Amino acid sequence: MNGFFADGAVHTALAVGFLVAVVSGPVGVITIARGQSFAGHSLSDIGTVGGSASYLLGTNVLLGFVSVNVVAAALMELAGSTRARSRDVATGIVLGAALGLAALFLHLETESSTTGATISVLFGSIFTLGSTTLPVVGGLAAVTAVLVAVLYRPLLFSSVHPELAAARGVRTGLVGAGYLVALATAVSLSAVTIGAVLSTALLIGPAATALRLTRHPGRAMLLAAAIGVAETWAGVVLAYASYYWPPAQRGWPVSFFVVTLTMAGYVGSLAVRD
Amino acid sequence: MSPDGAVPILAMESVSVTLGGRRVLEAVDLRIGHGELTGLIGSNGAGKTTLLRVVLGLLAPDAGRILVGGQPVGHRRGLVGYVPQKISLDPDMPIRAMDIVGLGLDGHRFGLPPLGRSRRGAARRSRVEEALASVGAERLADARIGRLSGGEQQRVMMAQALVSRPALLLLDEPLANLDISSISEVVAVLARVCREQGVAVLISAHDMNPLLPVMDRIAYMADGRLASGPTGEVVRTDVLSGLYRHPVEVLRVGGRILVAGADAESHCP
Repeated sequence: MNGFFADGAVHTALAVGFLVAVVSGPVGVITIARGQSFAGHSLSDIGTVGGSASYLLGTNVLLGFVSVNVVAAALMELAGSTRARSRDVATGIVLGAALGLAALFLHLETESSTTGATISVLFGSIFTLGSTTLPVVGGLAAVTAVLVAVLYRPLLFSSVHPELAAARGVRTGLVGAGYLVALATAVSLSAVTIGAVLSTALLIGPAATALRLTRHPGRAMLLAAAIGVAETWAGVVLAYASYYWPPAQRGWPVSFFVVTLTMAGYVGSLAVRD
Repeated sequence: MSPDGAVPILAMESVSVTLGGRRVLEAVDLRIGHGELTGLIGSNGAGKTTLLRVVLGLLAPDAGRILVGGQPVGHRRGLVGYVPQKISLDPDMPIRAMDIVGLGLDGHRFGLPPLGRSRRGAARRSRVEEALASVGAERLADARIGRLSGGEQQRVMMAQALVSRPALLLLDEPLANLDISSISEVVAVLARVCREQGVAVLISAHDMNPLLPVMDRIAYMADGRLASGPTGEVVRTDVLSGLYRHPVEVLRVGGRILVAGADAESHCP
């Protein structure tokens, strides 16, 4: 463990993990309140197009995820004004097409280099993020946190009853669009941390756990952030320690530990009487 | 201006709405004075919900004029409280009764609500508690809204509508799907709120009978048309036959009023 706190990659991983978990918790609580967990998962899968294209082009992977996710979120919001079933169909079709494109990009990338893009895009790359990514992560996390704080009340109101909120003067379309931007950035951040396929775990897991522990929506958001940070940091520590574990002494993936811990946290919270 | 010279809280003049090629409201006139309890009565599809949506500013009329407190709709939204129809919230909705009442007060504002420990937070909390107490729902404050029964959710939504101290309270079919004892409870609460807080109440229902003891005026709807006035002047065989545009008969049986032939069209095509 001596080398742990001296390792620069570990410092970056802990800082990124902190920022990602801190925004994922509150966004997750709202996502559960709005019943949009599927939208969250779809966004992260669609984001793989941006992540894989960035590897192919050699540009910043996080920005690749974010730009594709924000565009996808905008399209979802436009489709959201129509009926729920046709929106689900549209999401499903776009999702399939996006994963197909990602498969193509990752195939082309693997042909030409050995950066391990496939594993990174799908399963995360928290230890390989350069320290130059940290300011981008910080900036996006700050934007997301501000957006959630500003939209807090109208978002909760329109989640409970959109028509009631509209009657009180809430511009539900605008507020919903703002939320989807926050969701898109939160999901992108967690995609570079634990991977696009697994990012729903960090969005929903700590939030669902927190909601079993407190009824106060504001406190649930803070608690979800704290639980997310604890689970991410524990995941980083365990991944570091696993370099000395069998079978190959190559280390187990961080994503595995983070996702297992969020799962364990939620299952543990089920023991609490509700 | 109403006869006594005061501005009515709601004034609708020749309001018409067409939805999907169908005339849902046809030149509706309706005036409600401050502190009056009005029953908006009509069968399903008569246009009751559409009328409420127009007053709330959720739907723009094709023709006519609507003034709330003498001003156009949407000018002062805190003036109108609204309890929507068929509230059935997800049991896992992570919001407590007191949260939704608080949102009725300031849920349209951006930013975080004031902290509970601050002076503004304490003032907000006491407003919320007061609103819950006014409908007898103070003990529900800390419960998750989706876990409450239909009648309890109804009361919490009434507190949510009253917390902004509105001058006009709109309720869409609040008595539907309630058992008889809950119906008389809700009616009693509404009558008390109307009397004690001086709020004008417009409540839609398909059956006028539970409201007869408390109603100041009736607004009766059939096929998008509306006739309003004191119950005795509107619920008459000649007036309602004119409204339905086919003969109906008003029967008074054991203190209840029945309108025979109101559904004639659906029975005899």
